[in-house]
Amino acid sequence: MYEFNYHRPGTLEAAAAALAAAEDGQVLAGGQTLIPTLKQRLASPSDLIDLGSIAGLDGVRREGDAIVVGAMTRHADVASSPDARSAIPALAALADGIGDPQVRNCGTIGGSIANADPAADYPAAVVGLGAEVRTDRRTIAGDDFFTGLFETALEDGEIIVSVRFPAPRRAAYAKFPNPASRYAIVGVMVADTGSGVRVAVTGAGDQVFRAGAMEAALGGNFSADAIRDASVPSDGLNEDLHASAEYRAHLVGVMARRAVAAAAAG
Amino acid sequence: MPVNVSMNVNGRAVVEEVEERTLLVELLRENLRLTGTHVGCDTSQCGACVVHVDGRSVKACTMLATQAHGADVTTIEGLADNGKLHPMQEAFRENHGLQCGFCTPGMVMSALDLVARNPDPTGGEVREWLEGNLCRCTGYHNIVKSILAGASAMRGGS
Repeated sequence: MYEFNYHRPGTLEAAAAALAAAEDGQVLAGGQTLIPTLKQRLASPSDLIDLGSIAGLDGVRREGDAIVVGAMTRHADVASSPDARSAIPALAALADGIGDPQVRNCGTIGGSIANADPAADYPAAVVGLGAEVRTDRRTIAGDDFFTGLFETALEDGEIIVSVRFPAPRRAAYAKFPNPASRYAIVGVMVADTGSGVRVAVTGAGDQVFRAGAMEAALGGNFSADAIRDASVPSDGLNEDLHASAEYRAHLVGVMARRAVAAAAAG
Repeated sequence: MPVNVSMNVNGRAVVEEVEERTLLVELLRENLRLTGTHVGCDTSQCGACVVHVDGRSVKACTMLATQAHGADVTTIEGLADNGKLHPMQEAFRENHGLQCGFCTPGMVMSALDLVARNPDPTGGEVREWLEGNLCRCTGYHNIVKSILAGASAMRGGS
């Protein structure tokens, strides 16, 4: 690991100021991606701004019909939150399937979505549930948040504060995990919301995306049968030693049908 | 620039001057000489370095020492009581839950976090929980057996 200056601000304002003052500052949330990256010398920030001591950035709470998850909330705490489990069980189940127990004890939702790994689970929840991302500057629609491979709509120095998930009528997440890392080779969140069906796919492309044809088919008939023959084009999907683009395209259909069946079964 | 970190390790208050980039596992092993916490893969995958920070199992190779500032840290050395093995350690001994033993401290610390959340786990739940702990001797069968026996002993069973 290269050297860096470490900061532990006590407020969001102090964190933003430290980030602005740093030559090449980086926010540290749970560290489950950042610390391995630093250890491999794949990144060399001048300053690390640790958000771990800022009060009020973690925790799950209800806000009307929505669930609001603080940016520093650990995956394990989303998985075990009574509010998340009752209002959006698909969200709690998704959090419970990230990495392994020790990763879930440290990793945070804010860190995960700011990193925007194309195979991470949370992006499927943010887009699939039609969430909004609240930062120290503004609110960003989940549909607009992810902009590319490890790229988001966040501006320089902007810090995520929370993510608001409106509760759907029913939803489920199904993923085909990489057996070693538990990252999604393909993961699909299907949500039947008050305003239509949303299908969000992670792991398959360079960023999370919605499967419009499936959404339309499910809008008329929310059943696995309605998307029996549906898939997505394999053009441009990820290819690696784990799965070809064609295999991933096929998995999108399989995972979507599993998710619909699980959501429909309640 | 060196920084001071203070924490409670196995019930003892410690203050150490470390580099900012020091990992928690380095502080434990190199500064405090608590070498029961192992470094296996050093890439967050094997779980040989699992310790408890404020009661939660974490990988000490994937946390900065500064992140544990002010925390209560428990390592494998903190489990035995005056030379008497913790029931979970005793269960690993009784059930031959180790072969080379390298992964064992992490397995025991991980198992204790599971039992704290779920005092009476099934074999399947134990196996799922061990997702983040690798045994290169592949002795999982007896590890699972040990954890079930340890959980039972902690519940006051035989």
